[in-house]
Amino acid sequence: MILLIIAVSVASFVLISVSPIDPLQANIGQAALGSMSAEQIEKLQAYWGVGTPAYQRFFSWAADFFRGDMGISLLYRQPVADVIKVKLANSLYLMTIAWLISGIIGFIMGIIAGINKGRFIDKAIKGYSLLIASTPAFWLALVLLMVFAVWLQILPIGLSVPIGVEASGVTFADKIQHAILPAVTLSITGISNITLHTREKMIEIMESDYVLFSRARGESTYNIIKNHGIRNVMLPAITLQFGSISEIFGGSVLVEQIFSYPGLGQAAVTAGLGSDVPLLLGITVISAVFVFGGNLIANILYGIIDPRIRRGGKLS
Amino acid sequence: MRKINGRIMTVMLFSAAILFLAAITISGSIFSDEAMITDFSRKNLAPSLQYLFGTDWLGRDMFIRTLTGLSMSIKIGLLAAFASSIIALALGIISATMGKTADAIVTWIIDLVMGIPHILLLILISYAFGKGFKGVVIGVALTHWTSLARVIRSEVLQLKEATYIKAAQKLGVSKFEIAWKHMFPHLFSQFLVGLILMFPHAILHEASITFLGFGLSPEQPAIGIILSESMKYLAMGRWWLAVFPGLLLVGTVILFDVAGESLRKLLDPSSAHK
Repeated sequence: MILLIIAVSVASFVLISVSPIDPLQANIGQAALGSMSAEQIEKLQAYWGVGTPAYQRFFSWAADFFRGDMGISLLYRQPVADVIKVKLANSLYLMTIAWLISGIIGFIMGIIAGINKGRFIDKAIKGYSLLIASTPAFWLALVLLMVFAVWLQILPIGLSVPIGVEASGVTFADKIQHAILPAVTLSITGISNITLHTREKMIEIMESDYVLFSRARGESTYNIIKNHGIRNVMLPAITLQFGSISEIFGGSVLVEQIFSYPGLGQAAVTAGLGSDVPLLLGITVISAVFVFGGNLIANILYGIIDPRIRRGGKLS
Repeated sequence: MRKINGRIMTVMLFSAAILFLAAITISGSIFSDEAMITDFSRKNLAPSLQYLFGTDWLGRDMFIRTLTGLSMSIKIGLLAAFASSIIALALGIISATMGKTADAIVTWIIDLVMGIPHILLLILISYAFGKGFKGVVIGVALTHWTSLARVIRSEVLQLKEATYIKAAQKLGVSKFEIAWKHMFPHLFSQFLVGLILMFPHAILHEASITFLGFGLSPEQPAIGIILSESMKYLAMGRWWLAVFPGLLLVGTVILFDVAGESLRKLLDPSSAHK
């Protein structure tokens, strides 16, 4: 896993360093560049690291990174670690809320659809999931923004705190209010995957011999679901949900951009558009850590929930 | 009255979806010049019969602009998905046939690509290639092959153990002939379906990355650009700029999905005769 993270950082560094985009042009603009003296340009070039060879930059960056110093963001003029810390805190609670909501609702909807296979409710849930799976997250965000913020004006149009209020004056309710729309968007898009998956599994289980047998014994549908259904569906659902962290990350990039929510995703876009190399690298590595961490947790949880795998693991 | 059987139904569904998509692509290319026409005498019109999707602040006909944008997205999607599926095919076969080390390396690369969130990787790659058309196509091609490569890998591994392949080997059939005559027909349907089901993802990601400003340049009428421009005018109540192009995009993606799924039903022997 550590090897993978190192590889992620190397790969992203290579990608950034082969870029033909001139950070000076991207940030200062052609006109301003033309009116500057050669001395000033040289200074700026040193600041953005234009002249130094790529491998040299990478090693100095990597060496600092291992000491816990991620460098200084060129755009925010603050240590990258600080920028990421602030943004991550914002994003993290947004993503956690969305992740939990989409996981739980998706799971329940999948089970409902699975046991009612072929009936109206199953068709409705399946249709909804397929529709959402084909809807781009950013368009959904735009529509929600339009309905709730522009037409109904009951929810704020963007940012994570009210405008013109000091940081100390921001109440918890304000924060919640600003997080509703982005979190809802992320949840809605996250649901479809887990629902479809759970539904398939549930159908499989409902057609199995042991469910038929317990039916014959006279167990109620509720008991069958509780004792046979949920336990078996839980496993793949949990793995899938932990594996979907990468998608929630991706979704949050788009959603944060639309709601101008100052989170990690928005920072990534700003860094990418403004050629802020240290920040972009830092964000990539951090998000890779989360994704790999999610996969790791899925594997561990698998063992806790399913005793067969735990025992198998000890033997080998 | 005779009922239409399921297979014919699926064929019809498939052809209808393909036909419709082709229509969008072709009409979009034909109207591409018209999409640029600005006419200030008709700016900011709400949707009407004459301008189905309304017009924007430069008086451009949004319906034609959306069509052009979509056909652009479809073309990019096709190109990128095609390149991506070739990567998947090559790496899948390599990892299944060239021994343990190759397998380990390919699986590791798959883990690596899957470890970085798609959008972030797309941003990185398109940044590396200087944004624009090239960046988008390469970015989408390099990020979408992983799951198909896994499918192909496990498929080939299974095939290698299949009795009819073993029998052919014992009968002294050459390796090439086994690959061509016995493995290829089996793999091809999987590959084709995987390819078509990759289109919707490719299109969605192309739109997203353009929307964020890493994709096509603002002069091109791409669907992502239309939507990101419309964002600025939302607060002024110009809802049609965002709603209709988005709906058409969703429709396109669904159609690709329908085409892929119905093709899978047709080619998969276990459901071919339902």
